[in-house]
Amino acid sequence: MADDALFDFLHMEIVSHVTKSDAGLLQDGDEAMSKLEQIGYSTGYRFIERLTKDLSRFKDELEVMKAICKDFWTAVFKKQVDNLRTNHQGVYVLQDNKFRFLASISNSRQYLELAPKYLVFTCGLLRGALASLGLTCIVTAEVTTMPACKFQVHLQRA
Amino acid sequence: MAVCIGFIGKENSPLFLRCINQSQELQFHYIVHTCIDFVEEKIIQSNKSGSDVRELYLGLLYSSEEVKAYGFVTNTKIKIVIIIDSTNSLLRDNEIRAIFRKLHNAYTELVCNPFYTPGDPITAKSFGALVDELLASSS
Repeated sequence: MADDALFDFLHMEIVSHVTKSDAGLLQDGDEAMSKLEQIGYSTGYRFIERLTKDLSRFKDELEVMKAICKDFWTAVFKKQVDNLRTNHQGVYVLQDNKFRFLASISNSRQYLELAPKYLVFTCGLLRGALASLGLTCIVTAEVTTMPACKFQVHLQRA
Repeated sequence: MAVCIGFIGKENSPLFLRCINQSQELQFHYIVHTCIDFVEEKIIQSNKSGSDVRELYLGLLYSSEEVKAYGFVTNTKIKIVIIIDSTNSLLRDNEIRAIFRKLHNAYTELVCNPFYTPGDPITAKSFGALVDELLASSS
């Protein structure tokens, strides 16, 4: 369906636009990354309101994380998260074996150094979604083999 | 009939309050503020009982001689309170649920507005107009 591709293209253009407009500055592209993350944060925050409108109330954070892995991921990426691990102390690892934005880049280790740029928006998306549900956190991502990637979520307890 | 509708934000700050009678606004601010306690009590109660049906609609929060208050909490911790005149008991439970659903939908639409930052007091005219209409149609 042409609709799916729209989001992929928009995301690609946002990454390329933000990286290019930062090219003149001395920083290493950090400002571009934090702009991207902020865009993701705002999007995730507002999107979750729409998504959780019809779901029943969440009881605890494990339930929130499971809902994120299933409903949220399906709504955004048309698939569920493949693996969710936790140490039950506020650290969750979401593993996606065929991440949508990386699937069209490569199948092996080629372009590995350039991949993180395409994960930043999703990190922000996750952070915004969790913030809207009342959980402050830090989200980081890593890629070892394309197109699989892992998102690490550290929940901050008050 | 519904006399007042209030929205409370995530950190328990007031986002929006609209009453049929503008001169009683301060009084309703006070009532809605006391309802926050009842809402939190209901949430903790339903968490402890571990019942399978966990709804967003909380039901009757508080009843006094003059007013009755009904509550609703969203998954994003936004609380909605409807205050009803005790003298008029014609509003049934499912009518109140319907009003809450409309309010929740309106809030969701508002959050999609790029000019609204979640957490700020709500100043959108279309939102205010919808709430006014709900207040008027329920009386």
